[in-house]
Amino acid sequence: MALIAQQLNVLKHEMVPEHSIMTDEEVQALFSRYEISAEHLPKIYHDDPAVIATNARISDVIKIVRKSRTAGRAESYRLVVKRPKK
Amino acid sequence: MPSPKRIGKIDFGLLSPKEIRQMSVRKIIWADTYDDDGFPYPQGLMDLHLGVIDPGLRCKTCSQKSGECPGHFGHIELAKPVIHVGYTRLIRKLLRVTCRECGRLLLSSDEIEKIIGTDISATGDSLTEKDIKKERICPHCGEQQLKINFEKPTTFAEIATDERGKKVENKLTPADIRARLEKIPDEDLRHLGIDPVVARPEWTVLTVLPVPPVTMRPSIILENGQRSEDDLTHKLVDIIRINQRFKENQDAGAPQLIIEDLWELLQYHVTTYHDNEVAGCPPARHRSGRPLKTLSQRLKGKDGRFRGSLSGKRVNFSSRTVISPNPNLSIIEVGIPLRIANEMTIPIRVTQFNIEELREIVRNGPDREDVRDPCGANYAIRPDKRRVRLTKGATSEDGNLEFIAEQMEPGWTIERHLRDGDIVLFNRQPSLHRMSIMAHRVKVMDGKTFRLNPAVCPPYNADFDGDEMNLHIPQTEEARAEAFLLASVQENILSPRFGGPIIGGIHDHISGIFMLTHTRRWFNKGDAISMLQNCDIKRMGEPDKIEDDVPYWTNKQIFSHILPPTLNMVFQASSCENCDQCLRENCDRDAYVRIVDGELLCGTIDKKAIGAFDGAIVHRIIRQYGYARAVQFIDDVTRLSIRAIMYDGFTFAIDDEDLSKSDYGQIREVLERATHDVGRRIQIYEDGQLEPMPGRTEEETLEMQIMQVLGKARDNTGEIAGRHLGLSNSAVVMAVSGARGSMLNLTQMAGCVGQQAVRGERIMRGYEDRTLPHFKKGNRGAEGHGFVKNSYKSGLNPTEFFFHAIGGREGLVDTAVRTSQSGYLQRRMINALQDLKVAYDGTVRTTGGRIIQFNYGEDSTDPMKSSFGQPVDVKGIVENILKEAV
Ligand SMILES: [Mg+2]
Ligand SMILES: [Zn+2]
Ligand SMILES: [Zn+2]
Ligand SMILES: [Zn+2]
Repeated sequence: MALIAQQLNVLKHEMVPEHSIMTDEEVQALFSRYEISAEHLPKIYHDDPAVIATNARISDVIKIVRKSRTAGRAESYRLVVKRPKK
Repeated sequence: MPSPKRIGKIDFGLLSPKEIRQMSVRKIIWADTYDDDGFPYPQGLMDLHLGVIDPGLRCKTCSQKSGECPGHFGHIELAKPVIHVGYTRLIRKLLRVTCRECGRLLLSSDEIEKIIGTDISATGDSLTEKDIKKERICPHCGEQQLKINFEKPTTFAEIATDERGKKVENKLTPADIRARLEKIPDEDLRHLGIDPVVARPEWTVLTVLPVPPVTMRPSIILENGQRSEDDLTHKLVDIIRINQRFKENQDAGAPQLIIEDLWELLQYHVTTYHDNEVAGCPPARHRSGRPLKTLSQRLKGKDGRFRGSLSGKRVNFSSRTVISPNPNLSIIEVGIPLRIANEMTIPIRVTQFNIEELREIVRNGPDREDVRDPCGANYAIRPDKRRVRLTKGATSEDGNLEFIAEQMEPGWTIERHLRDGDIVLFNRQPSLHRMSIMAHRVKVMDGKTFRLNPAVCPPYNADFDGDEMNLHIPQTEEARAEAFLLASVQENILSPRFGGPIIGGIHDHISGIFMLTHTRRWFNKGDAISMLQNCDIKRMGEPDKIEDDVPYWTNKQIFSHILPPTLNMVFQASSCENCDQCLRENCDRDAYVRIVDGELLCGTIDKKAIGAFDGAIVHRIIRQYGYARAVQFIDDVTRLSIRAIMYDGFTFAIDDEDLSKSDYGQIREVLERATHDVGRRIQIYEDGQLEPMPGRTEEETLEMQIMQVLGKARDNTGEIAGRHLGLSNSAVVMAVSGARGSMLNLTQMAGCVGQQAVRGERIMRGYEDRTLPHFKKGNRGAEGHGFVKNSYKSGLNPTEFFFHAIGGREGLVDTAVRTSQSGYLQRRMINALQDLKVAYDGTVRTTGGRIIQFNYGEDSTDPMKSSFGQPVDVKGIVENILKEAV
């Protein structure tokens, strides 16, 4: 019973890739590397369990490092957005 | 060109009555179309202000001729308002969320704030029907709300409770509804996600109806000279007639009942005018009984405006016919019947450089009589765009060929026939992947079918049991260049699906090359040349041996002639059994293939080496020598293998499934033993002695044991049959080489068909406690549950036949379900992915520049240029240098 009370940290699960908030400088470097602005990034909802676990806020950019079947390691970046009401 | 602009926002709104009257050029009041002289009635449905369709007349609005006038809207003033069927759900929602008295939203401002927050523009959230409790009291005026009933297609009613507590239904007329919708304040509409500037809700109840221009509902003149009106016109006639009658009755002070009936009739006609397939409404029909095609039917469905006319439409310069095989064609060619080649043309501009050639083509005329004749032309287009049909005529004076040939000069265009070498696009539906449309080179042939090399069947998924294919002729230089560079057959030998060749030998190609290259044989010069005669071979290599002054070449040498001389490969053939200890060169099945400097030293060439989907040699040739050499190799190997299979001959007949008497005895013995074993296990189970397997009941355990015993029995019969049937048997050759079929098929033909299953279990359904009345109740034996002892050769007995049909149907149902599901999945995938592209920086982006993937495939590897998914073919490179297995 005591085990259940403990909060699960999704980031520690082996199936969840590494999520981290990027600093402003990193975000600017990313934008200039791909010649884009924030709206061109893939999105992630603010209430995504991994976003909550990283304490990211809306309009933060999250860097995700995944294991890749083709490349071994692959980086991806997502903009945190509010989940629209449905 | 102005720079592209970004669309900030699109408003979807309703036409207000004011706007409808504003855009109208004429009020329509008469239901008649044309008078007795065939002239349009003024203020009738074909009024000349609405545009012209008859040649010779001029539009009274824009004074342009038929064909130039785009048409103009008119309008009908409806005697009473009617509901627009397309908006009944919106009307229902609005009636349910607003007050019947004051028209305000049934929520206090506090409640609204709680649901959608303070600032609407920030979130874009809006209220839904669910946010409002049913039959509550209006927070603004205190009015008790009533339940709103909606009955398809357009009937609304309020449910009130009378003094005695009985429910009464009060019908709401469209006029009542319109009055209620008018009362809803603009501010409340914004909370519901409606912009009142472009869409006031009362506009969903029509008081005035737009009449579309005659250009979108033209009348046609039949052969007998009668006019036939468009379905929309018919419907508009109905609406105007009822509208008239309504007005007359109203003016005459007709009883309420008649007025109501007419109102409902008007509603019916307006409803079916918009949509003639609404639920709960009988469709309006033509006099012949055919349902009318009204506005919604013009847009909806497969043949509607969107799917039928915009995203897909019929095209010119295309043809379609049955396909048939021709292994002597190159894979990059397609055989075109002369009749089609004479009909399909390519426009060629006349220049000072080609004018003499084109003159000759024009002189050849429009009727090429033989495939060997030079091509002619059907039309000449003069610089003023006038088209002149080329005609031969009995004498040179009758025709215009000589005249045109003399007259033409640079600036003209000649539409010449297809001829050998032209680039055309060839397609077979369903076009599921890029290889379903490939560019081929024309080969004009006799006959009436398209001809293709069977090696290109796999990418099209074609066979010759009556399949038809389409041909498209690119009409410009750019189109031809693009088709050739991107879609030609050689560019598509490698499939992006798995990074290997999808074009290669099939069926007889594989049987033939297997029989040629298996073990070691010698051929004299005549035989060797006859096999290689269709291949592109310049000279024969040195013979392997000379006996009695007669030179002999080995079978492997003959095959080596078509290999590039610097090819080095080592691999296991399809026939390899994956022995624990590979004997390599000494493999007793000759399955270890070794090619050194373009010489096949050992091993058998089969599916693994040249087959579609495997094609190890084809793949290596592409990576080492390029597509052109691979085309050459596939052409050669298909021609060689067909000659080789004809050298020995290859047939399969019913007596190829015959076994010896002792084999049949052994098979019977095996099956008897198995049946006996099954009976013994059932006995153990019925005695309660069966030890269940972990996690299984005793019954499940018994079933598994029975399946296992019977499965093994069938395999044993296969082994017995396999011992008797060697490589002299065609079915064995096909199974071992990978050409077609498997040893299991052979087992079922010669040995025993085996257990029939439904969902992986023995057949259990049917009668009570038994499958068929031929068996005792509670019977668990092999025969009673779908075990087929017989072979296809010996024939099935009636109960076996029935069980076989049960098992067979499962397979059919599965494929039917799978194809429909995967087809829809494919459609959705294509819709989602069709406009994505890989940008120059390696990112995958939408047309708007949004990033989908930061690096294409995460490793930037084009799967089509990969080696079965790997970016580098290390094994191939090492093999090629060491000339040994890695
Ligand atoms: Mg077919
Ligand atoms: Zn006009
Ligand atoms: Zn109220
Ligand atoms: Zn072997």
